[in-house]
Amino acid sequence: MMAAFLDMGGYAAFVWPAWLLSAAILVAVSVSSVRRLRALERELAEAEGGRDPHS
Amino acid sequence: MNWHRYASPANFKRLSDRLLPWAAGGAALFLAAGVWSGLVVSPADYQQGETVRIMYVHVPAAWMSMFVYANMAVAAAAALVWRHPLAEVAGRAIAPVGAAFTFLCLVTGSLWGKPMWGTWWVWDARLTSVLILFFVYLAYMALNAAFDEPERGARASAVLALVGAINLPVIKFSVDWWNTLHQPASVTRLDAPAIDPSMLAPLLAMAIGFTLFFVAVAFVRIRAELVERRLEALRHARVAGEAAAERT
Repeated sequence: MMAAFLDMGGYAAFVWPAWLLSAAILVAVSVSSVRRLRALERELAEAEGGRDPHS
Repeated sequence: MNWHRYASPANFKRLSDRLLPWAAGGAALFLAAGVWSGLVVSPADYQQGETVRIMYVHVPAAWMSMFVYANMAVAAAAALVWRHPLAEVAGRAIAPVGAAFTFLCLVTGSLWGKPMWGTWWVWDARLTSVLILFFVYLAYMALNAAFDEPERGARASAVLALVGAINLPVIKFSVDWWNTLHQPASVTRLDAPAIDPSMLAPLLAMAIGFTLFFVAVAFVRIRAELVERRLEALRHARVAGEAAAERT
């Protein structure tokens, strides 16, 4: 049952790479975007050095 | 300094704070439903067998590659015409996401083409026009980053984005205008979709999931661009301040 599912009717070599690449790209795009925002926000907080951020 | 220009980025921050959790949560929900229904529930195709499951990632990726570009072109027009500060950063923020979707579309299409057409690639109208779309994304990103002054890069790349928009109808209608191995539209057509509900459901779930994912990521990336602009403004102000102090 599980083996049949993984075999994808003999097309495992095409179906699984397509889905895994999709997952990898969605994860890479979201993680890198959130990391960059956090890093920049930290940098901005330091640059503003405790001053009122809205001044 | 032109402070009223910053009114709309501030509004954007409030809006994205409120909407980001909904977009991200909705994306997770629809993608989970799409994975389950696409890989487990939906049947194999009577002609294509299990390879039909590649459709559930390939077609949404293809739609997103064009949807993101359309957004980029609208942002480019708004940036050129109104010099809207949000539009100027929006194109730069979402271009890499569009390029990623286009790349995913090309690779998954290739993985589907090999077992079904017997070839990884053909230089026909649909595949070639999507490859051009990918290169236009890359050119946009290169041009956007090519100038010392971000404003100049923003304007030059906005012009490129508008010119490149000609490619969108070419991609859409390429399967009707030219002979191609690629099948014509089976969902976005004027009459009823030519696809069984058991396959349409996972396809739509994945498409909605991809769209909400894009919305969430766009919020995060536009926020990052706005923070970066603010950092640059602070640096310039500091350099100008030091120069003024040296003169006195």
